[in-house]
Amino acid sequence: MGAPPILELCQLDKAFGKIVIAEGIDLSVSQGEGLGIIGPNGAGKSTLFNLIAGDDRPNSGDILFDGRSINDMKPYQRSRLGIGRSYQIPQPFGKMTVFENVLTAAVFGSGTTVAEAEDRCIEILHRTGLMGEVNKPAGRLTLLQRKRLELARSLATRPRLLLLDEIAGGLTEVETQALINTIRDLRETGVTLIWIEHIVHALIATVDRLIVLNGGRIICDGKPREVIQSPEVRRIYLGVEPE
Amino acid sequence: MEWISTLLQGLLLGGVYSLFAIGLSLVFGVMRLVNIAHGDLIVLASFTSYVVVQALGVGPLMSLVIVLPTFFLFGYLVQLLVLNRTLGDDMLPPMIVTFGLSIVIQNALFDVFTADNRKLNLGPIETASFRLGNDIAIGIYPLAVFAIAIATIVALQALFYNTKLGREFRATSDDAEAARMMGINTKRVFAVATGIGMVVIAIAGVLMGVRTTFDPFSGPVRLLFAFEAVIIGGLGSIWGTLFGGIVLGLAQAIGGQIDPQFQIMTGHIVFLVVLLLRPTGFFPKVQH
Repeated sequence: MGAPPILELCQLDKAFGKIVIAEGIDLSVSQGEGLGIIGPNGAGKSTLFNLIAGDDRPNSGDILFDGRSINDMKPYQRSRLGIGRSYQIPQPFGKMTVFENVLTAAVFGSGTTVAEAEDRCIEILHRTGLMGEVNKPAGRLTLLQRKRLELARSLATRPRLLLLDEIAGGLTEVETQALINTIRDLRETGVTLIWIEHIVHALIATVDRLIVLNGGRIICDGKPREVIQSPEVRRIYLGVEPE
Repeated sequence: MEWISTLLQGLLLGGVYSLFAIGLSLVFGVMRLVNIAHGDLIVLASFTSYVVVQALGVGPLMSLVIVLPTFFLFGYLVQLLVLNRTLGDDMLPPMIVTFGLSIVIQNALFDVFTADNRKLNLGPIETASFRLGNDIAIGIYPLAVFAIAIATIVALQALFYNTKLGREFRATSDDAEAARMMGINTKRVFAVATGIGMVVIAIAGVLMGVRTTFDPFSGPVRLLFAFEAVIIGGLGSIWGTLFGGIVLGLAQAIGGQIDPQFQIMTGHIVFLVVLLLRPTGFFPKVQH
């Protein structure tokens, strides 16, 4: 890892009552890196995104973006700083058209004027395969289109760090492959990616590094294929007992 | 001819009710907040105008120059400092806070102004009318109020669909969490929405204060009419509130024509029938 870190989590703790969601999480992500996160349901993956994006606050610990603590920043401030996210269950602005959804993200997330944002929105809609749906109300999109819109909207905010939460979940194999290609193209633009996904082969095809969360802790961290082969990961995550 | 005159009066009365309802609908549409103090705020606007008129010797319409910005600021600050802290998945906490606000406003007004009836005076224009043919007279003031209601709706519609602020309103109304992730400061958006809602409340309060008397406890009736117009028109729909206001105004006028005692009752009956047959109103914009 030559590049400086864009995101650092330092001893991050989060609990809801007695349920511990994150415990002493230390994580550093370099600029331009692609990081995958896997873990069983309830392992604290989405909560980790909520902490990074500002939807939840940690009980203790520090989150640094570009070396600056962002603990006290609100979600909209983190978005303007360059943290974009998609939600596990797509949350489009259902009454707006696809174009308006992306335009809204571009105007408020990256602070440009409508006129400046329009060309960029068209480019993003091309890249995410939504050009045929620009005038459709987002509430009428199919699941794949909604997932693509989640991606398009988060891209429109000009993120330097992109958080994707199970964006391939529920898609067919062909759709997943198309999404993988889109995300691989995106990575070539230099954006840092953190991707939570249950579809492991999608991650292996896309990211440089994989971590495994279990019980709010990082139990494994390394190259994707090595992590997947780890006996502990196979036991906890895949339910395979080591021979 | 008498019936045509009655229907026209009902139609114009609907303009007043839709003005009552627009602020309620706007605030509900953007942040799902049911403002129980809405009627009392309308009355507070009437009293504020009354004080400005008394203190400066200006007319009620001129008093709007002071009342409108004051109400915008008041709404902005109440939302930012009080109501934003209560907003969440549960609609009950903000409702209870506005219920408290309603009690505070009523008692504060009673303390300062006693229970006496007041009225804002606009002079001869209040009763001026023009004739359509020999039998139909149309009041100039009710017609002007109706025109102001439509102008307010057109202005809000333009704000919603043609401005950057409007885009923030629509995104926040659709999904506040996602809006925050798109870089929108939703708390400020809520505060501005309440501020604008208060401006409409102030317009309604002053125009109604000219049309009829008010006292510190006339708020709940105004809230009821506003609420009925919003429900008939459909939650969150600004044009729907005009429709709801007109339906309510027509129902009251027709009821009053049959028997003056039936006037208010007929409005309530029509509201109940709509609630039974179309619980989401005629043009709903908010789904649950």
